[in-house]
Amino acid sequence: MFKGIMGLLAGACALAGPVMGQQPETQQVRAAVLRVDETRLPPISRLDLPPADLGFAGARLAIEDNDTTGRFMGQDFEAVEVTATPETAAAEMDKIIAGGIQFVVVLADDATTLALADQAGDRAMLLNARARGDTLRGADCRFNTIHVAPSHAMLTDALAQFLMWKNWPDWLLVHGSHPDDQALAAAWRRSAAKFGATIVEERVFTDTGGARATDSGHVQVQAQMPVFTQRAPDYDVLIAADESDIFAPYLPYLTWDPRPVAGSAGLVPRSWHPAMEAWGGTQYQNRFERMANRPIREEDYQAWLALRIVGEAATRTRSADPAELRQFILSDQFDVAGFKGQKLTVRDWDHQVRQPILLTTGVLTTSVSPQDQYLHQTSALDTLGIDRPETECSF
Amino acid sequence: MRHLLTLAAVLAAEPALANRVFVTNEKGNDVTVLDSETLEVIGTYPVGNRPRGITISPDGTELYVCASDDNLVRVFDPDTMEEMHTLPSGPDPELFVLHPSGNPLYVANEDDNLVTVVDVKTKQVLAEIPVGVEPEGMGVSPDGKIVINTSETTNMAHFIDTDTYQIVANVLVDSRPRFAEYNHDGTKLYVSAEIGGTVSVIDPATQAIIDKITFEVPGVLPEAIQPVGVRVTSDGKKVFVALGPSNRVAVIDGETDEVKDYLLVGQRVWQMAFTPDEKYLFTTNGNSNDVSVIDVAAEKVVKSVPVGQQPWGVVVAPN
Repeated sequence: MFKGIMGLLAGACALAGPVMGQQPETQQVRAAVLRVDETRLPPISRLDLPPADLGFAGARLAIEDNDTTGRFMGQDFEAVEVTATPETAAAEMDKIIAGGIQFVVVLADDATTLALADQAGDRAMLLNARARGDTLRGADCRFNTIHVAPSHAMLTDALAQFLMWKNWPDWLLVHGSHPDDQALAAAWRRSAAKFGATIVEERVFTDTGGARATDSGHVQVQAQMPVFTQRAPDYDVLIAADESDIFAPYLPYLTWDPRPVAGSAGLVPRSWHPAMEAWGGTQYQNRFERMANRPIREEDYQAWLALRIVGEAATRTRSADPAELRQFILSDQFDVAGFKGQKLTVRDWDHQVRQPILLTTGVLTTSVSPQDQYLHQTSALDTLGIDRPETECSF
Repeated sequence: MRHLLTLAAVLAAEPALANRVFVTNEKGNDVTVLDSETLEVIGTYPVGNRPRGITISPDGTELYVCASDDNLVRVFDPDTMEEMHTLPSGPDPELFVLHPSGNPLYVANEDDNLVTVVDVKTKQVLAEIPVGVEPEGMGVSPDGKIVINTSETTNMAHFIDTDTYQIVANVLVDSRPRFAEYNHDGTKLYVSAEIGGTVSVIDPATQAIIDKITFEVPGVLPEAIQPVGVRVTSDGKKVFVALGPSNRVAVIDGETDEVKDYLLVGQRVWQMAFTPDEKYLFTTNGNSNDVSVIDVAAEKVVKSVPVGQQPWGVVVAPN
């Protein structure tokens, strides 16, 4: 059967009309996926253990998708997969560029993403598929970087809109003690001010090390969490800002007062969720799961979208020239579909990809922001994150 | 033959001719049957898992349903709604189109990037044609020589020669093309793009996009305007386009490609079907679980009829 298909395909290429006729030779569009793995504790829940192919699996699906289209366009896509540590990342980036690749999907933390952007300079375009920091899109923005991953501000705005719609405007903000957690807490303060919520009190959950999920560790957690959250002023919802995955998953059902938890646990804003079914999502999940034999993660979706951006640009421009693709992606002509019910585009002021944000529980998508009642003069998606007038980015 | 045509004309003019209307309910795993004159529900019948695309043979004796999660096409007796047999369809069949002669059936396999050609008499797969990512829309030229498939992630309309099963042309359209429909003399091909928010009008002879229809509904967010189903009256003068979550059906002048009006229907309108006399157009409204009935001449919505869970496809019996 496979051979039969290939036979038909060859025929398709030979006979194809307006699209194929202009492409006598196959164009090669090359990219790399650079994943920088930090040494860190295992996640609180073993359900969150990172799979070995995290991010790469999404990239492979994108290459499959791009190649299927490419057969009709005379284009062939490739993504080299590279893993590195924060120490070796710069050298790996140089190797990728030396190999002639000018599109690099980067899955790294904020500091490494920024360092890699500077390392690459004008030699390559980076597609940030993991780092969420607002500074990376603000004061530290770089012209050569497109942020496919949503920013902290987009995620917190998305949840804030929903909480205001729910009429839960009083928040108890609990944030971690690491710099990433504090950056996320800052995003929450900004969202509260933007949408009129009140942070009734802030508490810091200090990371003192500790044994985490030891055998029967839940006994201690059950004793600690109610105590930690007691004597709070009256509030509607507890917001956990725990980018470091130290405490947030412990909070639901263990707060002193009977209150819902949102943010880093409970109702969590995400770029993607494996239970998403709307807007063709079912087919996308099916294709991913059949290929990777596991449910999809956000990193996979973001890597997929990053390479689809490159693929879509190649299809629309009928070109494999990296300079031409880069120019097209950054132009107002560009848009791409990402199973979110509307076009995804790139903000020209900080190169952030505009996108709806899913508000998810463990098993479902509860809502999708922007919420209907938040209007905007150019795009409702710009009610999420840092808008043009407030950006600190200047290229 | 001439007698038959005269007879058909007389029959079409007869106002009280009732037809059965079949609506697939994607989440309900059943088909709701309506009477096209009384607009009453006749009954609801189980048809397998995740029914989506639905069509009927030209002689009205066989009803075909894409049972997407069963990976096959189920064939029913339209009068009794008893299952007669199944057809192999390839995995995850979503939409299909019958050759104007009634055979074969061209099926889009959404998860497998294939169009499967099935002989409805011998129940054999005649060909599997590789197309773009997420094939969905299926259209056929009035002379039956070309089948169109749209691929939602590749964003193309693929022109397939029905004799050779080869792709003879690919036309790049806007994002997520969902549906392809020829006008009756085969001079225009309409391809809707759900995320692109447009309908491309293609000249089938040159495969060039000759016009692009855009939509604008006051008070409706542009992102909510998502064109899906397209139907053209047999005189080619009126084109109806279902606009998804904007809850509107656009009425377009088939000659000038100008939008004339937007009709308010139920929520998330996707597919549509005419009665044979083109008096009514039925629309499936997936989020409000109903069917809107449009008076084609008056361009008015005359009724909405509750059906099952998440109505997806609709077809009207020819007799």
